[in-house]
Amino acid sequence: MNPRALRRLRVRLPLNAAALTVFVLCVFPVYWMVSTAFKPTPDIQSETPVLLPTSLTLEHFAHAVEADGFWLFWRNSLIVTAGCVLLALVVALGAAFAVARMRWRGRRAFVLMVFIAQVAPWEALLIPMYVIARDAGLLDRLVTLTLIYFMITLPFTIVTLRSFLAAVPAELEEAAQVDGCTRVEAFRRVTLPLLAPGLLATSLFGFITAWNEYAFANMLIIKNQDDRTLPVWLSSFSNVFGTDWGATMAASTLFALPVLALFLVLQGRVAAGMTGGAVKG
Amino acid sequence: MSGPRRGATLRPYLLVAPTVLGGALLLGYPLVRNLLISFQHYGMAELIRGGASFVGLRNYRTVLTDPEFWEVVRRTFWWTLVNVVLIMVIGTLVALMMRRLGRGMRILVTSGLVLAWASPVIATTTVFQWLFASRLGIVNWVLVRLGFTSFEGYSWLADGTAAFTVLVLLVVWQSVPFAAITLHSALLTVPEELYESARLDGAGAWRIFQSITLPLVRPIFGLVLCLEVIWVFRCFAQIWAVTRGGPGEATTTLPVYAYRVAQSLHRYDLGSAVSTLTVLILVAVLIAYFRQMFRQEADR
Repeated sequence: MNPRALRRLRVRLPLNAAALTVFVLCVFPVYWMVSTAFKPTPDIQSETPVLLPTSLTLEHFAHAVEADGFWLFWRNSLIVTAGCVLLALVVALGAAFAVARMRWRGRRAFVLMVFIAQVAPWEALLIPMYVIARDAGLLDRLVTLTLIYFMITLPFTIVTLRSFLAAVPAELEEAAQVDGCTRVEAFRRVTLPLLAPGLLATSLFGFITAWNEYAFANMLIIKNQDDRTLPVWLSSFSNVFGTDWGATMAASTLFALPVLALFLVLQGRVAAGMTGGAVKG
Repeated sequence: MSGPRRGATLRPYLLVAPTVLGGALLLGYPLVRNLLISFQHYGMAELIRGGASFVGLRNYRTVLTDPEFWEVVRRTFWWTLVNVVLIMVIGTLVALMMRRLGRGMRILVTSGLVLAWASPVIATTTVFQWLFASRLGIVNWVLVRLGFTSFEGYSWLADGTAAFTVLVLLVVWQSVPFAAITLHSALLTVPEELYESARLDGAGAWRIFQSITLPLVRPIFGLVLCLEVIWVFRCFAQIWAVTRGGPGEATTTLPVYAYRVAQSLHRYDLGSAVSTLTVLILVAVLIAYFRQMFRQEADR
């Protein structure tokens, strides 16, 4: 081997070793969660950890799903998440349209407020939210969580949709209006389809935020345990499963699955949509 | 004449009305209410019966003269410092490493980072409790294998420093992917020619990093640093889910402290005062940082 190739190898080898280490450190916890969930119990309880399961079982998933109220909490999480995402999309679409397409007094102040709201200190609002919800009789209600998650995701949704809207030429809408569409029709038929990547990106963000939210769900759902969401239920796994790590990891896997799946599916599509738009434009 | 035109001028206001209403009711009002409660006597009785009375600055005086509060502040700064330094150093190293990797390896590392980034916080929080479990936990097994026999059956969450360590590892693991991916995409904007000419001039790796990489990616670096400070400082879910601020008070940072005071002692007034002070401290830290950054920019 000539000296240059040897020197290259001396650089490449540690570099690739470091890269592999980073990859393993990133992936291992997720791998350990999924593999524990599928491992037969003797493998989990073996004194020497079993890195590759000897066989696969669905027994832990059955335990997790049969656990008290699993489907109820799953449904609650889904309702809250879907509600928050839809509400934020509709409200943000209106606001983004007003900001990107119309001239009006107070527009700059409005945009500034939206930017400030993006960094709102939500953790500091746990206590007043609890007091307000209690006064209004809104404790232990899913609608309270839905509204709070809506407000947490709204500023980001407006800012993102606005930049997507700004990228769609207003002339397209005007041309459609000349062809006899009303302004709303022109928006729905011409602009909305072009906004699809933006709508997907913001939905993904809203979904992840609402699906994962823990602090408010933990504070505002106390007495009526039937209205708990998955994160709060999962965090109390030791009450539910004791030290049954197989079932706990199965529950964690089921909780993580929708987010991971959505991330994989939507990330590709959002990127494709953005580049597709750039190439055509 | 004025009919349709008035309708047209009203339209933008109608479109932003839901946002303004939502912001006022769900963000503005709670903020004001938090401030109000922090100036009132607000305990269990006031929560149930209402009729809280104003007590001026008494809650703030109580909090600020409590040595426990200052202990929590010190711990919160320590917590933020350790986490943010680790996140930024590891994130930068990973980003620099990704730049020099071949295509295949880079895709591998990126997908690992994205997987860790996309995993829900509470799910990975639960997984870390399993990794660090005293019995059958794989971390203890590895440590014993490496010769640290004292970790046989070691219970991480029973000791203050150990619990703190587990939480730091958890938060760093969850936060590095965002930092690394963002910094890597910032590094990609630096033209390759700059590095080449620097290398031809005989500059070493550290010198290149200092005089080319850092100045060019400083804005993004500053942004990531800022976001990480905010996130780590406000971190609540992970700490509460793993340790509830314990054992004792070993992992009680400001947000956890505010929650504990309000929920377990039913002193909503003191909790609100702590929350307000938390926000003020964070704002002060960030303003100091921004001033520093502006001064540096002005010096150039």
